Amino acid sequence: MTRGSKAWLLFGLAMAWLFLLLWPLQGIRPDGTLAFAETVDIWWKIALACLICFAAFRLSRAGVFDFAVRPLARLAGGVGRVYAAWPRWVFLVPLAALALAYPFFTERYAQDVAVNVLVYVCLGLGLNVVVGLCGLLDLGYIAFYGVGAYTYALLSVHYGVSFWLCLPVCAAFAAVAGCVIGYPTLRMRGDYLAIVTLGFGEIVRIVLNNWMSLTNGPNGILGIAPPNLTVPVLSDGGLAFETIAMRKLFWMYYIILALAVFTVVAVRRLNFSRIGRAWEAIREDETAAELMGVDTFRFKLLAYAMGAVFGGLAGAFFAARMRFVSPESFTFIESAMVLAMVVLGGLGSIPGVILGALALVALPEVFRQFELYRMLVFGGVMAVMMLVRPAGLWPAARLGKRSDDEG
Amino acid sequence: MEYLIQQVVNGLTLGGVYALVALGYTMVYGIIQLINFAHGEIFAAGGYMGVIFLSFLTANGVMDAHPGLGLGLSLLLSMGYCAMLAMAVEKVAYKPLRQSSRLSVLLSALGMSIFLQNGLMLTQGVYDKAYPTEFTHGGFDFGAIRISYMQIGILAVTALLLVALNALVFRTRMGKAMRATAQDKVMSALVGISANRIISVTFAIGACLAAAAGIMVGLYYGSVRYDMGFVPGIKAFAAAVLGGIGNITGAMVGGLIIGMVEIMAAAYLPMGGQYKDVFAFVILIAVLYFMPTGIMGENVDDTRV
Repeated sequence: MTRGSKAWLLFGLAMAWLFLLLWPLQGIRPDGTLAFAETVDIWWKIALACLICFAAFRLSRAGVFDFAVRPLARLAGGVGRVYAAWPRWVFLVPLAALALAYPFFTERYAQDVAVNVLVYVCLGLGLNVVVGLCGLLDLGYIAFYGVGAYTYALLSVHYGVSFWLCLPVCAAFAAVAGCVIGYPTLRMRGDYLAIVTLGFGEIVRIVLNNWMSLTNGPNGILGIAPPNLTVPVLSDGGLAFETIAMRKLFWMYYIILALAVFTVVAVRRLNFSRIGRAWEAIREDETAAELMGVDTFRFKLLAYAMGAVFGGLAGAFFAARMRFVSPESFTFIESAMVLAMVVLGGLGSIPGVILGALALVALPEVFRQFELYRMLVFGGVMAVMMLVRPAGLWPAARLGKRSDDEG
Repeated sequence: MEYLIQQVVNGLTLGGVYALVALGYTMVYGIIQLINFAHGEIFAAGGYMGVIFLSFLTANGVMDAHPGLGLGLSLLLSMGYCAMLAMAVEKVAYKPLRQSSRLSVLLSALGMSIFLQNGLMLTQGVYDKAYPTEFTHGGFDFGAIRISYMQIGILAVTALLLVALNALVFRTRMGKAMRATAQDKVMSALVGISANRIISVTFAIGACLAAAAGIMVGLYYGSVRYDMGFVPGIKAFAAAVLGGIGNITGAMVGGLIIGMVEIMAAAYLPMGGQYKDVFAFVILIAVLYFMPTGIMGENVDDTRV
């Protein structure tokens, strides 16, 4: 048998296997009858999609698409060269102008989506510090988001502290939480760390859910104040100060835009500083980094704290925007979603993470009618990305192969 | 005193279930050093297959005529289904990544977990699915202690499966090959053991045990839910770590300890009921911090901890 026909045989076997897995879920009815129609209906669609992908894969392997792929690759290379040659501001200035003008030519719905995207940009970049730069897989990241949100919620409801004052407080609380979680876990590596952070994330959620006297449990906290802006106005009595409650979505957009820009700049500065290099050294090879004099424990703890800071800031904004927090918002699925953004975009790559957030928040809005399938697609995309493009859509400039990959 | 004995019985029941799930984690970890996040979903799929087959058999009158036969048949069919599912997951999501970084495989496993969970949700619905319960009533009463037939059944099936697994791993050629592959993949390949086949078999066995656990949990609590695999999955992993990851006896002991601690904490600690899910995590963290090799584990090399 030739290689080609063997591959097709395997493909056929896989599809038969798939049918056997699908059928009991759909075809064995509780009323005691067996049905095949629905299963076949779904199965042939999946099989057709797989067939097309498989055929395309085989053909591209055989070089059938070279006539199209080669010029496209040349074109992409050309675009890349132009991008690298022109000064950075040529791209950044129009982008900034677009971001600033965005609320003036869009609907409320589009602004809402944009605010969501920006919140996830902040979260993704924060997680990117931990996972992308330092190489510590954190599955409980959303806990810091929760800490930030609850810190602002409690300070605002009980003491009436203003949003702007709370921002640094939330960041500090989240950083402390990061250290508390980081300290006992950082002796572990890789997958153990992943499962322990997952456990910590769940503990935080369970505590929020059950500490009735502080957090009001599953009912959540209502009546959180929106951010205020005090502006000087000229009135007939002279100069006076007026306080505007920034309740409108329009204001929210600018606040989160500012936070996101702050996060991007901060993460970028960190990335290309001595600290960032130390983190990347730890990511590539922890033992070697330690031998070169990097205080791995301190830097790992710092990565946790810094990642948590950005999560905490985003959390404070979330509380101020929703004006309501409950433990429901901080489940494992949220952590997984943020992680999916970082992975999809490219571990350690800032434009990648932004792209990932855009893809995973804005695209589902476009395909609203497939809302049900959203998480299914997330999971599938995460697994497939690892297969076809493990470095992400926009890979980081500096990314080596981890050295603990032997075996 | 009676209360304590009752709780011990409950703890053993729950612990047995955790032990079954933990075995899947520990065997897979022992052989390819991967936390198989999708294992919890295999457990949930087992629960769903149980409800599907049992409802089907009930509607066809098999359960009324021969309840034992029906239960056994459902159990075997669920186990077979989950074995097929786990092997498919392994072939699709883990096998192509044998040579890539551990982070990649872990993320792929996480993706598979989300994928399977939502696949279950889409095909089976968001709401709880009730088990047919006509045949699960009744039990023995010893004074104030009540041991239901379900609990006896769970303990018996768990014990049977554990004995069977022990026999398989320590008495058969296949078991020997599995242990050899776990110890040294290159060397075992040199003596003619196909690593791919052994890995497939390992996933299948782990899935069989998880499926049995899923169906028993479904029968015990009376219903299943698409996300029922997540929390028990982590607890079972905690059990595997507690016992020493890669160690089969350790996973059994660890499962029993975690089950017992959870039940005892819920019964005797103030607010224990609300916080019962926390204890497994706390144990996990404490074990990893103070004795990363677990109770029965051998030396753990530094890439793991």
